[in-house]
Amino acid sequence: MIEAVGLTKSYGKTLAVDNLSFSVPTGRVTGFLGPNGAGKSTTMRMILGLDTPTGGSALIDGKRYRDLHQPLRTVGALLDAKWVHPNRSARAHLQWLARSNKLPAKRVDEVLEIVGLTAVAGKRAGGFSLGMSQRLGIAAALLGDPQVLLFDEPVNGLDPEGILWIRKFMHRLAEEGRTVFVSSHLLSEMALTAQELVVIGRGKLISQSSTEDFVAQATENTVLVRGPQLGHLRTALGQAGASVRDEGAGLVVSGMDCADIGELAARTQTVLHELSPQRGSLEEAFMQLTGDSVEYHTEIADAPTPATLVPAGK
Amino acid sequence: MTTLLATERIKLFTTRSPWWSAFLALGLTIGFAALVGLNHNGGPLTVEHSQFGMQFGLMVVSVMAALAITTEYRFATIRATFQAVPKRTSVLVAKTAVVAVLAAVIGEVAAFGSWVTTYAIDGGPEMAITTGADWRMVAGVGLVYAIASVISVAVGTLVRQSAGAISILLIWPLLVENLVQLIPGIGDDIHDWMPFTVAGRFLNGTGPDAPMGPWASLAYFAGVAAVLLVASLVVANKRDA
Repeated sequence: MIEAVGLTKSYGKTLAVDNLSFSVPTGRVTGFLGPNGAGKSTTMRMILGLDTPTGGSALIDGKRYRDLHQPLRTVGALLDAKWVHPNRSARAHLQWLARSNKLPAKRVDEVLEIVGLTAVAGKRAGGFSLGMSQRLGIAAALLGDPQVLLFDEPVNGLDPEGILWIRKFMHRLAEEGRTVFVSSHLLSEMALTAQELVVIGRGKLISQSSTEDFVAQATENTVLVRGPQLGHLRTALGQAGASVRDEGAGLVVSGMDCADIGELAARTQTVLHELSPQRGSLEEAFMQLTGDSVEYHTEIADAPTPATLVPAGK
Repeated sequence: MTTLLATERIKLFTTRSPWWSAFLALGLTIGFAALVGLNHNGGPLTVEHSQFGMQFGLMVVSVMAALAITTEYRFATIRATFQAVPKRTSVLVAKTAVVAVLAAVIGEVAAFGSWVTTYAIDGGPEMAITTGADWRMVAGVGLVYAIASVISVAVGTLVRQSAGAISILLIWPLLVENLVQLIPGIGDDIHDWMPFTVAGRFLNGTGPDAPMGPWASLAYFAGVAAVLLVASLVVANKRDA
């Protein structure tokens, strides 16, 4: 189990991580979600003892990372696939890592086999594609057969095949009963891999819950109404307390379900061409929760996704 | 510690730069010894003639030692290293030790290789290594290279980038130590305490106005290296990797 208690990191006046507390339960895949620049990587570096927190602490099974004896046997991590000397072969990279934690030399060949790099083990790591580097990084993380695994944006920049491979791999690790803590800025990706979610924005905790609960809580359920003449219905909906906004020729109604809207339409004698419930997407849920905490806002006129999330009347 | 030494040995020798540096250092020193031997006229060749290229070898070894740590920062393998072994002091001491041993070996091979080369060209009784001063001049090269490599690793750890560290390590012994002599009044006194100048006196004899004897000079050079090493360890432990 990984536990962060009041974790804080500031660079000068900038607070990268702000009093962050969460826990990553044992034997599950926990997603670490937040927009770019939310402090995910900084948090992971602090968990691994690479960066020193300004305040608070991060503990792995009750111990600070720096106090772990032969830490690769307890925690495997892939923070950046490019943390490899380009002139060193993949095998040599794993060999020195294995030696540093007194792991048997044959373990190097085992992990190369697991990630499918046996054929290129003798090649310079600098010549590897991102996908191959990522596999090498995962091989390094698995060297000590650790029960806890940390991955920082493992699918970033990968092609679909690579993404699928990583996704399957995470599932396999979870099935083996390992604790997996994986960060991403893509909620859709997390929904496929993670059972638990820790969501942060601007270094602060936004929520920690199961993925299901998070999605259910966060998604706004709306109803799309289309028809040739919606003027009266619109007024009636407003009077009934629903919030309404235009979308193309139709209306998107929130705060009222299909049945009520249908009855209201009948009362106002409105012809309807469509009356359909819209389940909010994960991306929308995520945007809604973290919308205020994105560090670098882009102001694009009529931006389709974030703008439409603001309920009418605001 | 043996585990860490083995780890750092694997890391050092699975990249190409130490091999190139070793070849370059040996080529330069022994090459210069051969040139001096072949172009020499007037008087017999002495031990000192054979050691003419040691300064160049020292530059190459300094660069090699600095790169051993700065490339770790450049490619962020230092993070992978601290992740595998969070005890930073132990890691850096092990790395320094491995680099120093390599530097010592390069120094000894360069010095004796140069001596053998010159001897083979035109060796006479003046080329014999007999006195303590002769032994220091030849066998002492490995010691000076080893200590200089410690300084390089320390500076590399503090500066964390190759170009900066190499600039400092080349400009300091070649320029700064000599230019301080230009400071009016105290320049010469400061020059007497400059670490590489003092190390040179250990190898080539102390002369009448040196403040220390040869072995005290080497100890002083080692002391400077130790201070820098400790400073680099303190900083590396405090800083984010």
